Amino acid sequence: MSLKILAVDDSRTMRDMLTLALTGAGMEVTVAEDGVAGLEVLEEGGPPDAIISDINMPRLDGFGFIEAVRRIDRFRATPILVLTTESAPELKARARGAGATGWIVKPFDPQKLVRSIRMVTG
Amino acid sequence: MGTDPMAEIRAGFFAECEDLLQSLQDALSAMDEGAGDAETVNTAFRAVHSIKGGAAAFGLERLVGFSHRCETVLDDLRTGRLAPSREVASLFLQAADLLADHVRAAQEGGEVPAGETLLARIEALTGAQPVNAEPPIDFSPSLIALDFASEDDCSADAAEIGGRGWLIRLAPREGLYRSGNEALHLLRALTTLGRTGIRCKVPPDLALTEDAAEVPRLVWTIHLVGDVERAEIDDLFDFVEDVCDITIEPGPAELASERLPPEPPPAPVLAFPGPHHDRSGLPEPPSSAAGLRPEPAAPEPGAVTLRVDLEKIDRLVNLVGELVINQAMLSQSVGAAGLANPEVTTGLEAFMTLTRDLQDSVMSVRAQPVRPLFQRMARIVREASAATGKSVRLRTEGEGTEVDRTVIERLADPLTHMIRNAVDHGIETPEARCAAGKPSQGVITLSAFHRSGRIIIEVADDGAGIDHAKVQRVATARGLVAPDAALSEAEISNLLFLPGFSTAGSVSALSGRGVGMDVVKSAIAAIGGRISVSSLRGQGTTLSVSLPLTLAVLDGMVIGAAGQTFVVPLSGILETAALAPEAIRRVGPRGELLQIRGEVVPLVDLASHLGFRAPDGNARGGIVLLTARDDGGRIALVVDTIMEQRQVVIKGLGALLGPVPGVAAATILGDGKIALILDPADLAPAARSGPVPPTALAG
Repeated sequence: MSLKILAVDDSRTMRDMLTLALTGAGMEVTVAEDGVAGLEVLEEGGPPDAIISDINMPRLDGFGFIEAVRRIDRFRATPILVLTTESAPELKARARGAGATGWIVKPFDPQKLVRSIRMVTG
Repeated sequence: MGTDPMAEIRAGFFAECEDLLQSLQDALSAMDEGAGDAETVNTAFRAVHSIKGGAAAFGLERLVGFSHRCETVLDDLRTGRLAPSREVASLFLQAADLLADHVRAAQEGGEVPAGETLLARIEALTGAQPVNAEPPIDFSPSLIALDFASEDDCSADAAEIGGRGWLIRLAPREGLYRSGNEALHLLRALTTLGRTGIRCKVPPDLALTEDAAEVPRLVWTIHLVGDVERAEIDDLFDFVEDVCDITIEPGPAELASERLPPEPPPAPVLAFPGPHHDRSGLPEPPSSAAGLRPEPAAPEPGAVTLRVDLEKIDRLVNLVGELVINQAMLSQSVGAAGLANPEVTTGLEAFMTLTRDLQDSVMSVRAQPVRPLFQRMARIVREASAATGKSVRLRTEGEGTEVDRTVIERLADPLTHMIRNAVDHGIETPEARCAAGKPSQGVITLSAFHRSGRIIIEVADDGAGIDHAKVQRVATARGLVAPDAALSEAEISNLLFLPGFSTAGSVSALSGRGVGMDVVKSAIAAIGGRISVSSLRGQGTTLSVSLPLTLAVLDGMVIGAAGQTFVVPLSGILETAALAPEAIRRVGPRGELLQIRGEVVPLVDLASHLGFRAPDGNARGGIVLLTARDDGGRIALVVDTIMEQRQVVIKGLGALLGPVPGVAAATILGDGKIALILDPADLAPAARSGPVPPTALAG
């Protein structure tokens, strides 16, 4: 059973790279280009096993997106990994405050990303 | 698929960069015009941020370095540490230009000026410390081998691994489950590192009720044995170190259970007494029976775009052209065979409508708004005004006007030159402007719009206008015009386009690079366009470029003159009329004017003008077509017959023929014959007679 991942990032390049890395590891990837679109996908599609989200996005940024996801009861425990360019502690703290499960520092190492996803999804 | 997916993503990245640079440019321009709202600033920040992110993924260090430094200051702007202002916007606009250069250099190779001065000025805005070191890039793009050793493989050869032992204590705190983490997953991950013995300490008063389910109260101790580095364990707890109490210390290199008979190998040894503790009590995400939708479900907020190879579209355009010819031949042969009953006719008409729709759709694929081109000009204005010490603002109008893509590309150079000229020669120095009672900042207006079937692009400055006396002096000095020539202002303005004309007195580093307006004129002519100039002393100069709508197919009127068949584009015909001999007025030995409804219009006998017969008032036909010229004037073309109105396919005349005034292209008619497509605006009566050629240039 392959893992289903929702990747939310406003950069097409990043979405492509995430898709490439994750499908290469046998995961199924759905993408959305900002927080609002991400929530729409969650509403319409089946629940993903994990979510990856960027922070800086138009319309609804990563923090707002994670908070909104956590407010939806069935996604309260869905692992959400945040993509950040800097591993700044205050960013991590803010992401954690919003309900993020973990973080991936961009540019990401595909193997490490896959490992992290495998870990948080068990 | 032989293509390297990374190469494709890389190409995609550069395509995305173009869009990002565009939105950066837009946001900064808005800021420059006074919009300093949060979303504008955010948009600019995100654009730079995304460029940096992608660049880092591809190891484009210089691009990362440059964008990082811009981003840092944009972040200050975003968080309010720096207030938006004209100065800030204009510095960032320059930085955006340089960023575009960096992107291009990253894509195509080549050097970029480091822009140290500019960066330093930007960083000085906030007093930020200059960042010397580029941010570390800890990931070099490698071929992605995504095989992850599955969990089962790892614990197998435990016996061979000597290794060492670790004692780990894991006590989740509140927040572990709320952040979507799960102790069980951590334990599982630990088992992949080596051999483990795991014990769970369950408090005696553990309430197995629903509301207590999410309060972490269990404490695990893990004995991990294997060739495991401390860093690997730390790594594993990276996500939870703030929501768990974790201690890690060296322990015995042998598990207690290993002294006992067989250990159940792969599964974590969840050995805890007491009632069976199921996960955390959180609802398990419903197992994905429904599944995620297989394709990206999210609708793009803006325009959805697809990048298509231009060649494919060109092939499509050609095929549509062939289809139109084919359709014309079909209707011709149906008529010739006497098969034209109502049903066949209706069918043919429907066929024609479809062909036309198809053609429109294909052409609209090729058409692109002039917006990116105009935006590039904003940069030219900035650079040129900086180089000349003038203050100039670019206003753009009609950026949404769509022009054929190839035309846009080939328009860039002449337009650049026109803009440079406008800044350099058109706009006066701030002092001169003030003296003339004008605002010290000059304005160049770049606009695009449609007029009578053509696209007009205008560069208008509010400068001093053309000094006609000086231009004529120069032209006379260069032997371009006779010393005693009496020229109208329009004619003098057109002298600017003559090869060899350059007002030497005003050659500067900027536009006086040996490229004169004649080069601009021929570049415009090469894409089927014409250029004209108008100027008002003291109020400015307007250069107007008129371009054909590049169509593969056009609506034309098929006419006959002296036994030849011609096509006149319908868009150029204002009206048709019978030629009444009493309405003809003679001017000079050969000139004729037609008086029509109180106006006088130059009369041109098409057949003799093109050399198919000698001028002969009696031999010519009795029909005139009134056609429009770019300058708003009209000419009356005398033709013999009007045959029909139809769609024709434009076929180029080929390079061997060279430009023939008045002839734009050729076409193949339904009967297989070739007919010339005329450009009536170019059929000016004075073209071959006057002492000076200005009218021909204007035409």
